[in-house]
Amino acid sequence: MTAEVGSEHDPLVKVEDLRVHFPIGRGRDKTAVRAVDGVSLEVHRGETLGLVGESGCGKSTTGLALLRLVEPTAGTVTFDGVDLATLSRRELRRWRRRAAMIFQDPYASLDPRVPVGETVGEALDIHDLHQGKRERSARIAELLERVGLHPDVVDRYPHEFSGGQRQRLGIARALACEPEFLVCDEPIAALDVSIQAQVMNLLAELQSELGLTYLFIAHDLAAVQHVSDRIAVMYLGRVVELADRTRIYRDPQHPYTRALLSAIPVPDPPRERRRVRVPLPGDVPSPTDPPSGCRFRTRCPEVFEACGRILPALQQVGAGGRAACLLHGELGDPVERSPHPDAGRGTTTGSHVAEIDPG
Amino acid sequence: MNDDRPEDEARPDEAPGDGVGGLERPTGEHRPRWRETLGIVLANKLAAFGLVVLVVLILTAIFADLVAPYAINAQDLTRRFEPPSLQHLFGTDEFGRDLFSRVVFGSRVSLQVGAVAVSISLALGTFIGLISGYRRGWLDTVLMRTMDVLFSFPVVLLAIALVAVLGPSLRNTMLAVGIVFTPIFARVVRGSALSVSQDLHVRAARSLGASDLRIVFRHVLPNVAAPVIVQTSLSLAFAILIEAALSFVGVGVQPPEPAWGLMLSDAQRYRTQGWWLSVFPGLAIFLTVMAFNLVGDGLRDALDPQQRSVIESRGAGGDA
Ligand SMILES: Nc1ncnc2c1ncn2[C@@H]1O[C@H](COP(=O)(O)OP(=O)(O)OP(=O)(O)O)[C@@H](O)[C@H]1O
Ligand SMILES: [Mg+2]
Repeated sequence: MTAEVGSEHDPLVKVEDLRVHFPIGRGRDKTAVRAVDGVSLEVHRGETLGLVGESGCGKSTTGLALLRLVEPTAGTVTFDGVDLATLSRRELRRWRRRAAMIFQDPYASLDPRVPVGETVGEALDIHDLHQGKRERSARIAELLERVGLHPDVVDRYPHEFSGGQRQRLGIARALACEPEFLVCDEPIAALDVSIQAQVMNLLAELQSELGLTYLFIAHDLAAVQHVSDRIAVMYLGRVVELADRTRIYRDPQHPYTRALLSAIPVPDPPRERRRVRVPLPGDVPSPTDPPSGCRFRTRCPEVFEACGRILPALQQVGAGGRAACLLHGELGDPVERSPHPDAGRGTTTGSHVAEIDPG
Repeated sequence: MNDDRPEDEARPDEAPGDGVGGLERPTGEHRPRWRETLGIVLANKLAAFGLVVLVVLILTAIFADLVAPYAINAQDLTRRFEPPSLQHLFGTDEFGRDLFSRVVFGSRVSLQVGAVAVSISLALGTFIGLISGYRRGWLDTVLMRTMDVLFSFPVVLLAIALVAVLGPSLRNTMLAVGIVFTPIFARVVRGSALSVSQDLHVRAARSLGASDLRIVFRHVLPNVAAPVIVQTSLSLAFAILIEAALSFVGVGVQPPEPAWGLMLSDAQRYRTQGWWLSVFPGLAIFLTVMAFNLVGDGLRDALDPQQRSVIESRGAGGDA
C-alpha cells in the first residue's frame, strides 16, 4: 500500500463525530431517526476493526456513511488523509475504486437481471481496468476462481446460486477494482452455519494476501472475536467502547461491553462455570427519541445521577482503549436545558434511578 | 462475451455443485430466463391460444398480398352487397369490393397503428417514468402531476380532441393514441423504478463507482422490464380498439384505407343490406383485441414479481 497523501502511520480511515439522521414523518410529526449519532473511530492500515452492537444500533449506516453511500448529516470521514466531503461527484466516483463493501444480504445485493460474470466485472468497466475483451474475461475468471467458483459460471444468473456462493460473488465483485479498504457488513449473518467458516476463511486469506484493511461489522462479540485486531462496540448510534481485542475480552471498561461479553459462552469449563450473566433489562430505546445523557443509562446496571445530565465522551481509559462511560470520569457534553420526555423512565433497579436535573 | 473465455470447459459437468478442482458451480442446470417465461405463458391455455391468434394475425398482415384474393380497392359495381360465397368469402360491400381482402389488409392498419402508437407511449412513458422514479423530489412531482392531468381525461375523448386539433389521418391517429397512453407507461415505469432504485444491488453498483446513467440503464431499466412488457401487450389491444373507435366516428383513418373501424361505420350506414358487412370486421377487431389481452394476462402471470420470487427461492438451494 503506497500512501498518496497521508503517511503510513496515519490511520487509513478516520471518522470524527459522524452523524446520520434519517428524516421521517411530515408536517408536525416530522422527526428523525438518529441512526448514527456521533461516531468517532479510526481504522489503521492492514488491521481489522470489528464493529459490534445490537440490531438497529446503526452499524450498517455507519459503514454506508463511511463509503458515502448515505450522506452524513454531520461529521467528517477522512480516507488516507483526504476529507471525502471535499471530493466532487466525479472524484468521489473515482475514489470508490479504493474502498468496497460486502453487503449484509447476499440475495438482494446482486442484480437479478445481470449475469454474474458481468456483475463481477462491472468495476473493471467502470474504472477502465482492462485492455480488451480477452483481458477482461481472464480477470473475471481469475476473480471467480479466487473465491472458489468455477469460471464457466459467468453466464449464470444470481438466482441459480446458493447463499454462500452469492456472498462469494459479492466478494469477487468487491475485489475487482483492487480496493485497499473493505467494509464487511455482517457478511456471514445470512448464511448457513455450515458455510460461515468457509466465507470467514476466505476473507482472512484475502486480507493477508492483498494487505486489505477491514471494517468488520457483526452483531455480537463472539462473531468478531477471532478476526478483529481492535473492536468498537456500538450502542444506539454511538461508540461506547473502542479497544484492542484482548483488552475488550479480558478487561471490558463499559457496562454494555460487559453485558455483551457475559452472554458469550466460554470454551474453558471452569471459567464457563464462573461466568456471570449480566442481564440487560428492557428494550433498546427508539433511535428517534434516544434518552438524554448516556444512551445506555435506561438499561445500565451501574447507572447513577450524572448519567442523565452528561453525554459521555469517548475517553482514554488506561493504555489499550477508550470508553464512553462516566464511571471513568465525568467527561462529556452536558445535556441541553430542555428536559427529555423520557428522562428517568425505564431504569433498572430502584437503587440507582437517575435524577434528571437539567438546570 | 463467453466466446473468448479461456478454453477450459472440455471437462464434463461431473458432480454439479462440487465442481472441479474445488471450484463450485451452482447446482441445477442452466436455463435461460426467457425460456422459463415462455414455458409459463404456454402452460396457460388461454394465453397460448392468444399467442396462436397473434401469430396468425401477424403472418396475415405480412403476407396480405398473398392471402388476399383481390386488390384492396378493386371495385365491381355489378356485384354490390353480395353475401358470402366461395368467390367472396366475406361477401362484398357497397362498391362491390371483396370484404375478405379488405379485412385481411385491415390487419396491417390495425397492427401498424397499435405498434407505432404503443412505441411512442412506451418510449415517452419509460423515459418520463425512469427520470421520475430514479430522481424523485420535485421533478418527480412535476412530471407525475402532468401525467395525472393527462390521465384524468377519458382516453377516447382525449384522443378525439387531439385528432380534432391535429386533423384526421392515419399518422395523427397513431400520434394521438401514443400521447394518450404515455401516462399509463410513465406510471408503471415510475412505480417500479422507484422501488428498484432503492434495491441493495443498486447501492452495490453505486459503491463500485457506477454513474447514474449506468445505474439507470444497466440496473434499473432491466428490472422494470417485466411490468412494461405486460403493459405493452395490454396497451396494444386497447390502442387497436381506440383506433377502430376513432375511425368509426370518422376522425381516425380516412377512406379508402381498409381500416376495420371504417368498415364497421360503412356497415352501420348500409345496415339493411347485409349482416356480413358488420360481422366480419367486428370479429377481426374482437379476436385481435382479445388475443393481445390474453397474451398480456399470461405474461403478467409469468412475470409477476410475486410468482417470480417463488421460482427464485426454489432455485436457491443450500450449499453443495
Ligand atoms: N433509509 C432509512 N430511513 C429511515 N431509517 C433508517 C434508514 N436506514 C436505517 N434506518 C434506521 O436506522 C437505524 C439503524 O439502522 P442500521 O441498518 O444501521 O442498523 P444495524 O446496526 O446495521 O442493524 P442490523 O444488525 O439489523 O443490520 C435503525 O433503526 C433503522 O431502522
Ligand atoms: Mg445492518
